[in-house]
Amino acid sequence: MLTKRIIPCLDIKNGRTVKGVNFVDLIDAGDPVELAKIYSKEGADELVFLDITATEEKRKTLLELVSRVGESINIPFTVGGGISSVEDVDLLLKAGADKVSINSAAVKNPDLINRLADKFGSQCIAVAIDAKQIDGEWKVHLVGGKVPTEIDLFKWAKEVGRRGAGEILFTSMDNDGTKSGFANDALAKMNSLVNIPIIASGGAGNILHFVDCFEKSNVDAALAASIFHFKEVEIKELKQELSRKNIAVRF
Amino acid sequence: MRIVIIDYGAGNVQSVMFALKRLGFKAKLSSNEEEIRRADKVIFPGVGHAKSAMCQLMEQRLDLLIPQLKQPVLGVCLGMQLMCNFSEEGETKCLGIFDLDVLKFKEGNKIPKIGWNNISDLKTPLFNKVEEGEFMYFVHSYYVPLAKETIAQADYGGCYSSAINKNNFYGCQFHPEKSGDAGEQILKNFLEL
Repeated sequence: MLTKRIIPCLDIKNGRTVKGVNFVDLIDAGDPVELAKIYSKEGADELVFLDITATEEKRKTLLELVSRVGESINIPFTVGGGISSVEDVDLLLKAGADKVSINSAAVKNPDLINRLADKFGSQCIAVAIDAKQIDGEWKVHLVGGKVPTEIDLFKWAKEVGRRGAGEILFTSMDNDGTKSGFANDALAKMNSLVNIPIIASGGAGNILHFVDCFEKSNVDAALAASIFHFKEVEIKELKQELSRKNIAVRF
Repeated sequence: MRIVIIDYGAGNVQSVMFALKRLGFKAKLSSNEEEIRRADKVIFPGVGHAKSAMCQLMEQRLDLLIPQLKQPVLGVCLGMQLMCNFSEEGETKCLGIFDLDVLKFKEGNKIPKIGWNNISDLKTPLFNKVEEGEFMYFVHSYYVPLAKETIAQADYGGCYSSAINKNNFYGCQFHPEKSGDAGEQILKNFLEL
């Protein structure tokens, strides 16, 4: 049986982890490779690295990091952040990334999804969608959620699937950072409309939120950042609880 | 030991290289016929589309070489599918090492299948020290049905081959290089065949 995936997300800036990481037993908490190893050992099913660097040195630092991560862990990992061309993806995959996630570039140029899927295969192209509700309608947002668009979340999700994306990483900006649970209604609706795997993101605050998310929306994976970094939720405990609720997970 | 990973421009071979490195082995990436023939172990990777992968193999005449190899060969994911007769992906004629066809997952399942699935009914020394029901990482849209060559099964709206074997040829649909410690054990077993 295919299991539901639990995915910690690491924000990377200039090759280091940012946004509060609290692993007391770790001497250098900022090293993404060390964190990746710990999460891998603790039972994470995949990892996502989101690069938020905005310098010209970006590519080189990121590629070095991707190689170091690839050498060190034996579970799949996705790299996202600022990817906008076939060349970007080629370099990341060659450096050892298993998948890439594209966001704003896909909205600005939807054909990019087709081109990436044709060249590298759907399985390594995830499309990240950030959205929030405006007057009750879910609208896609760009540039890390800063720029609103008129694009309807669900229409875009369907189009992304049609164009050959292998999965969707949907972050609800309404839920992100609130620790009040995932956007289960929107996730359930999206899950009924598209035929590719969906990763839920935004809003996880405790173990029950993950149980709720999988029970109510039946999406394929759930992603979170700070609650894992600050050990508010331990992956092992989370999986035990999911298993108790008859949600299939890997140990 | 000379380990060669077949280089035909398809697939991200880096993760296989990294996994072998973790096990203490160094592999060479090559499309050179002599080098591949002389290798002790050959790994045939692949991600992407069956049709374009077959075209690339044919351009380098590797489609003629691979079926003749005598040493242990491990096809991974698309590499395994390409060792079969025919794939529904692009209606592609493949290498024909296994007299099996590769079919598309039926509607009702999410496609691609992405994630960890347990494997069962494990046969051959490829699965030495690997427990029944161990989880492996899968990413695929097409599958090989159960057959006499099946040496491991997985389930996705029905059971199918998650690994196959015939003579010196082995194939696994999952990615051992990305399947945790158990996946690394499978790679190690292959190198010890």
